Order: sequence, then structure tokens, then C-alpha cells
Amino acid sequence: MAAASPGREPDQSPLHRTAPAPGGWRTGEAASGLALISPTLLYAAFLLLLPILIVFAYSFWTQDFLTIDHTFTLANYRAALTEPIYLDLLGRSLINALSVSVLAVLMAYPLAYFISFYGGASKNLWLFLITVPCWTSYLLRIMSWKIVLGYNGVLNSGLMRLGLIDKPIETLVYNSNAVIIALLHSWLAFAVLPIFVSLEKLDRSLIEAAHDLGDTAVQRFLRIILPLTLPGVTYAFLIVMIPTVGDYITPKLIGGSDGVMIATAIQAQFGKAANWPLGAALSITTMIAASLLAGLVVLVGRRLVRALA
Amino acid sequence: MKGTPFLFKGGWLTLYIVLILSFLYLPIALIPLFSFNNAAAVAFPLSGFTLRWYDALWGNKEMLRAALNSLLVGIIVACLSTLLGILAARALTRYRFPGKRAATAFLSAPLFLPEIIVAVSLLTIILSVGLTPSLVAVALGQTIFCLPYSMSVLVAGFEGMDRSLEEASRDLGETAAGTFRRVTLPLVAPAIVSSLIVSFTVSLDEFILAFFLAGTEPTLPVYIWGQLRFAAKLPSVLALGSLMLLASILLITLAESVRRRAERRLEQQVLL
Repeated sequence: MAAASPGREPDQSPLHRTAPAPGGWRTGEAASGLALISPTLLYAAFLLLLPILIVFAYSFWTQDFLTIDHTFTLANYRAALTEPIYLDLLGRSLINALSVSVLAVLMAYPLAYFISFYGGASKNLWLFLITVPCWTSYLLRIMSWKIVLGYNGVLNSGLMRLGLIDKPIETLVYNSNAVIIALLHSWLAFAVLPIFVSLEKLDRSLIEAAHDLGDTAVQRFLRIILPLTLPGVTYAFLIVMIPTVGDYITPKLIGGSDGVMIATAIQAQFGKAANWPLGAALSITTMIAASLLAGLVVLVGRRLVRALA
Repeated sequence: MKGTPFLFKGGWLTLYIVLILSFLYLPIALIPLFSFNNAAAVAFPLSGFTLRWYDALWGNKEMLRAALNSLLVGIIVACLSTLLGILAARALTRYRFPGKRAATAFLSAPLFLPEIIVAVSLLTIILSVGLTPSLVAVALGQTIFCLPYSMSVLVAGFEGMDRSLEEASRDLGETAAGTFRRVTLPLVAPAIVSSLIVSFTVSLDEFILAFFLAGTEPTLPVYIWGQLRFAAKLPSVLALGSLMLLASILLITLAESVRRRAERRLEQQVLL
């Protein structure tokens, strides 16, 4: 963390100092930078890092009604990792998040490609159009899928009106597929941006060179474009995968009993069930399991891309 | 196909992008569509135009209170996130110091965390130190999630700024504080406005933290969540939802146009 003197006024920092010569290092400059950024870092330390560390501590304690027993125990993790209900929920959360993130990356790549290569002067406009829905309420977006997929919803009533079906299709909503579709809808744009940025950074002359040397379009993609945009793809995958593992609204609204995910169990432990230590252990387990799975997918993905190139 | 950089012609991809945009926009468009529908059931066929669901909103004290709460939280979050963002963005763009990459990664960590885990962590710490959930807690928590957005806007703003203007100001005898106030701030003003609007919008639409931390004072999304249990209230929720969609889209368009105008001005300066 920032080891700077917090007493220093940011405004007192020597603005007029010209940047030091490359390679030169001024401790004064480092101190000014650290002093200036320290309020923000301290804020995040107190409201992000510290709370998570406290949850981590809770996961090793036990709760008896309102009193917390601070004796170290692994019982919560044992429950989280052996009770079928939690394993089931965790497994489904991981599978759903993995499906959403892989689909999001696959769908986002051509979009980002189109905007980067064919967007011309309207690149910004395309990006804006794709990201606008992201800035609207997450809750409302998921609610709109309930309206679309519901038993008496838009899709069923519309299809019946058109005479294509006689009675509503029951399997549209309240299952994992509905959850995956709605999550994909909400997170797709998050996958487009990092891939777009990495495509923009790509040196186009490399593609021309490959073309001149006789590479086909597919070869150019597999040997140049894909490997060089892999960091963007990885970023896109992670920014969708990790947060969606813990999604609460979507399974709750349109998941039914088939689509319940781990967040519902976590919420229950911090709410009605009032077993914070177990809720904490479930949270930590979820984060670790999601990171491990994501890391594994990234490793396998990199290997695959290298093998294809 | 010769000369086109890859696999498809732009044509196929154009079709694809139009399909994706329909996928993104159509479900959301149903919310305003059915908010004007003269029927309690949300299904086809539509049964005539009405404004009664909107009319019902104005008299709804509970909803107005939630709206006021949202506004209050949004303003606090926008100011706090932008202020912390300015400090961090200035430090990151102006100074070299050890741990810069780690600091950037740490501040963007909320984007890579399941929100519910941050929410229960904040709830735990608030209750552990004997405080109660409140709108202040919601605002403090949401600021953490707005910081990455504020910072990305502000870092771009500070990077685009012509540093020589600051040096000129110093050489002409202005103090450091004066230079920052009279030269730096006006130059990055569009980024600051963008950051304020973006973080306000994120706060307005944020649900999970508000749900866990608001206690007895709901924000608009939490109010909507409570209403969703009652099927009969769905049309009025749709009316409220439509207004919120409109607000988000207007705000984000405003933020984008401020950013674009500043960008164009910068390009012209470079050309001159």
C-alpha cells in the first residue's frame, strides 16, 4: 500500500518541475505521486480490501445465534465443499458463468472486428450503440427478459397470436438457459471493448505482410490477428466470467428452481439463515473456485491458440 | 475479396452487427412499449394507448421517496468518485512512482469481483463496527464500483491535456495551486463532467449494494425489486422503468457528447 506521507497537500506538489530525463529517478517525484494517489488507495483499502479480509476471517469462525465464536475452524469450508446443495449451486454457477463468458467472447469478437476494421469514421458511434444498454439498469434489463420469456410473456403470446403454437411453451423461462441468455445480453458489451482495444493496437502492416507472403485469410487470422489480440480476449473473458459467477438478480428473477446459483445461498446466510461464517466461507470458496477455473481456461485457451498458429 | 483484410466482406458482418443490436435493444424496448399499453397483463396483442400507469406514479409517495434517495446517493457518489478519481488520475498521468501498475490494478479490481461478495463484505464490516445499513453506506460502497469508470474517463482527460500550458503558467509566475485551478482544471473540465455523469448513472442503476446496504430507505432499483412480487403492479413498474431507461440513456449520451466535443477541440489544437 501507499507508504507516502498523507499530510502533504496535493496542491503543494511541484507542478512546474519538468519531467526528469528518461531513466532518471527523483524521489521527490515518487513521493508527490504517492501522496496524490494515497487518498484514493486508502479509500479502496478501507472499503474494498479490509471488508474482504474481514469476510475471510469470518469464514474461519462459528456463529451461535448472535455471538461469534472466534476459535479457528475449517468446518465452514467443510460444509461448503461437501454438502451436496452448495456443491451443486457452485457447480451450476461456474458452468453458467463459463457458458456466458465463452459465448460472450465468441459473439463479441466479430463485433469488435467489424468495428475496428470496417468502422471507419463511425467507430465511436458503433461502440456507443453497443454500450448504451450497459448503462441502463441491470435489474430492468433482466426484468425485460422475464417479460420476453415468461409463460404469459411476449414470446409465447406473440407466437400464439401468430398461430405458430397452441399453448405457451413452458420451458422458455425458469431454467439455466434463460439465465444464460439474459446474462449474455447484459455482459456482451463488456467483452466487446477489450477485444476492440487490442484489435486497434494491432499493427496492420503485419497482416499486409502475411498477405503478401501468401497467407490465406484464415491463416492470417489464426497466425497473426488471434495471437496478437489474445490479451484482449483474456481480459474480455475474465471481466465477464468472474462477476457472473456471483450474479444474484438473474437466477432469482428468471432462473426458477433449476437455475438457482450460489449468490442465493450466500444471501440467505447473511440474511434469514444468519450464519455469517458459512456465508463467508461460501463467498471465499466461490471467488477461489471462479479464479481457478478462469485461470485454467485461460491457460488451455493460450495453448490452443498457439497450437492453431 | 482481394484487398479486404479478412474472411468475410464487411457485408456479412454488417448483418451480424444489426442482429446483435436487435438482440441488445429489443428486449429493453419492450419496457416502454408495454408501459403505454392499456392492459394489466404484459402480453400481445397490445390493447390500446394509455398514460394511466404514468399518472399513477406521481401520487405514489413511496416511489417519490425512493427517487429522492436515489438522487441523493447519486450526487454523493458522483462527487466522491470524481474527486478520488481526479487525485488518482493526476497522480498516474503526471508522476512516476513505484507500484503504479499495482495501484491501477487494485483500483480496477471491483470490475473483476462478483458484486454480491463486495456487498456482503461491506455489510459485515458495517454491522461489525456497530453501524447500521443506511444510504450513506450505499453511497460509500457504490463509489468503489464507480471509481474504475471515473478513472478511465479522467486518465484519458489528463493524458490528452497539453502539459506545456501548465509550465507556461508556472513560468509566468502563477503558484502551483493557482496553476492547477486556473489552467489544469479548465483543461480537464470535460473529463470531470463526464466522470460526474457516468458515476451518477452507475449509481442510479446499481442494485445489489443498495439492496444489501440501504436498510429501510430504498433507492429506485430496490423499490422496483419490492414491487416485482406483485404481478398487478408490473405495468406501473414498467412506467417507472421507462423513465429510468430514458434518464440513463440521456445522461450517457450527454457524457459521450461532452467527451467527443473535448476530443475534437483537442484535435483542432493539434492541427493548429
